[in-house]
Amino acid sequence: MISGISIYHILTLTTILFFIGIYGFITRKNLIAILISIELILNASVVNFVIFNTYLYPDMLQGVFFSIFIIAIAAAESALAVSIIVSFYRMLASVDVKDTETLKY
Amino acid sequence: MNFSYTLFIPLIPLFVFLFLGILHTKLKPKLAGTIGVLGLSTSTLLSYYTAYKYFFEVGKVDGVYQTFIGAKTTWINFTELLHIDMGVLLDPISIMMLVVVSTISLMVHIYSLGYMKGEAGFNRYYAFLSLFTFSMYGLVIATNIFQMYIFWELVGVSSFLLIGYYYDKPSAVAAAKKAFIVTRFADLGFLIGILILSYYAGTFDFQILNNPQGAIISNGIGASFMGLSVITWALILMFVGGAGKSAMFPLHIWLPDAMEGPTPVSALIHAATMVVAGVYLVARMFPLYYFIDGGFVLQIVAYVGAFTSLFAAIIACTQNDIKRVLAFSTMSQIGYMMLALGVSGYDGHEGLGYMASMFHLFTHAMFKALLFLGAGSVIHAVHSNLMKDMGGLRKYMPITNITFFIAALSISGFPFTSGFFSKDEILSAAFENSKLIYFVGLFVAGLTAFYMFRIYFSIFWGKEKTYKHTPHESPLSMTIPLILLAILSIAPGYIHFSDFISADRGGFEAHLNYPLAITAVVTGLIGILVAYVFYKKENNIPEKVSKTFGAIYTWTYHKFYIDELYLFVTKKIIFNIVSASFAWFDKKVIDDSMIGIGDATINSSEKIKKLQSGKFQDYATWFILGAIALVLYFLYKN
Repeated sequence: MISGISIYHILTLTTILFFIGIYGFITRKNLIAILISIELILNASVVNFVIFNTYLYPDMLQGVFFSIFIIAIAAAESALAVSIIVSFYRMLASVDVKDTETLKY
Repeated sequence: MNFSYTLFIPLIPLFVFLFLGILHTKLKPKLAGTIGVLGLSTSTLLSYYTAYKYFFEVGKVDGVYQTFIGAKTTWINFTELLHIDMGVLLDPISIMMLVVVSTISLMVHIYSLGYMKGEAGFNRYYAFLSLFTFSMYGLVIATNIFQMYIFWELVGVSSFLLIGYYYDKPSAVAAAKKAFIVTRFADLGFLIGILILSYYAGTFDFQILNNPQGAIISNGIGASFMGLSVITWALILMFVGGAGKSAMFPLHIWLPDAMEGPTPVSALIHAATMVVAGVYLVARMFPLYYFIDGGFVLQIVAYVGAFTSLFAAIIACTQNDIKRVLAFSTMSQIGYMMLALGVSGYDGHEGLGYMASMFHLFTHAMFKALLFLGAGSVIHAVHSNLMKDMGGLRKYMPITNITFFIAALSISGFPFTSGFFSKDEILSAAFENSKLIYFVGLFVAGLTAFYMFRIYFSIFWGKEKTYKHTPHESPLSMTIPLILLAILSIAPGYIHFSDFISADRGGFEAHLNYPLAITAVVTGLIGILVAYVFYKKENNIPEKVSKTFGAIYTWTYHKFYIDELYLFVTKKIIFNIVSASFAWFDKKVIDDSMIGIGDATINSSEKIKKLQSGKFQDYATWFILGAIALVLYFLYKN
């Protein structure tokens, strides 16, 4: 628990962070930027886990475990996404999200 | 007593039908014909054996003939009581019908070997004959009214197929269609009747329905409609079905046209077996007809029968196509059977009409089949149906001449022929019940003798013709059935039918009623005499007579314009007014609403297919907006 800072402050922060991530995910044209936006969304939820654990159930650790779990998954997911982007770049010489439309066909 | 083998009587023709039907392009006609005849001979022998066993080995138990169930299986189970069975029911009338159907069918099978020789589709013809025979067997041995109905439709189908045998002839196709539609229309009445009856009685089974001590007859059914009990209405509707099949007025219009089929088919289906199905139906349900509402429906049956017999006999006097004369004669004779049933009582000698009707059914089947087969033999030789193309044939075709003469005597009720005995029973039954019906019957007897000898003299005597091809006697395969049937046109008169068949199954002693018999014979002789004067030698008397009657003659010649009336009603009224409005409704409402649904689907899919852009960020946007909308909904729902 951090003195002087209530759970609402931190929840406001993570909400802002989450929507920044959403906004970036929708508006960015660069695939790498979109990947970074996804990381922002994940980070917002990780912080939420930790905060809820600390403020609501201080004598438990599940929230912390979950945040570690998510970080691990995020790492794996980033590796996967980057490799997809790399192969995409090799194919089309571009990382622009507009060009991914060709995958539809 | 074990009668389970009777199951094979209908099954053998069924197998023959399937065999010939599947292989009809492969088999040689001779082989197909032989298979047909052999298969039917087996069924015929089994039928005769069954008749012998039933009437003589088992005989009466406690003074009445028992009903046996040869085989039975439940086909469709509705409820505990209401289920449709398939089985074999043996009682005096079903066994009599088995004998009639077998005999005539076998004769026709043999006869067709000669008559249909060289026709294209010979194998198909034999396949259909087997199908018909199977269906007819199924009809007569039905254990319940629904089984009867199924086979009733099957004989309708096979009749349709055989009338339309020459399917490249437009008139034959039209006749087949007409026969099917008219009888099918009547069968609608039959079906509704069955449904009403089974709904109120709770069973289809003949043995339960027809039990005179049973609950349905003794208690009746409470419900009534327009002053008559519902069972009466059901019986009336069932009689409508019977009237359609048996060509009773006003549903008779299909039978004369049905003569477009091959002549042996007319002999089998449209003279001896299928057309008497209506009579058989009433006889089968006789206890119900007699006991419900005091025999009200039987009155209808009697008057319809009497009217039809008179009506058809009058028309028969004016027709020029020999097969059509025979067709009207058939209608007239079936009317006779109906009126006999209609005037019948139930117990002992009271049931004379019932027995007379069955007796006449039996004898009529024999001599009418013979008349048709004889006519077929003549047509085979002359290649025409019209009387004006015939004359003096007795020199060329002695066997046909003699057998046709015997059949004509028999149908005219000449003494010592079978027709004499059965007609006498009918007339005495009618005399005891209703004088009006009796005199109609007597008059018809005279007319029958007249028109029958009219065609006999016109064909075999009359003016000498010069033929393009000299006519010659038909081959043995055709003359042998003629000779056998000629014997059967006389011999059955000496069977004591009343010992075997009676309404209460007890049997009774029937005697010749001499005053009535002599009156009938004299009437018949007058008819024959008139025909002799008119047609023995060529003269102008018939023309003069027809001129005297003028308009009435024309009216009769055109069959009282009943066909035209039907055409007017169907074409002008039903097609133009009733059907047109239905057609409008079908096109405008039903079709358009279906088309509208299709169009709406296409249009909306055109609109929403743009959502499928392939840009995953669009999808994500929609997904998130959706998620937010759901969250807001659940938050502010209350």
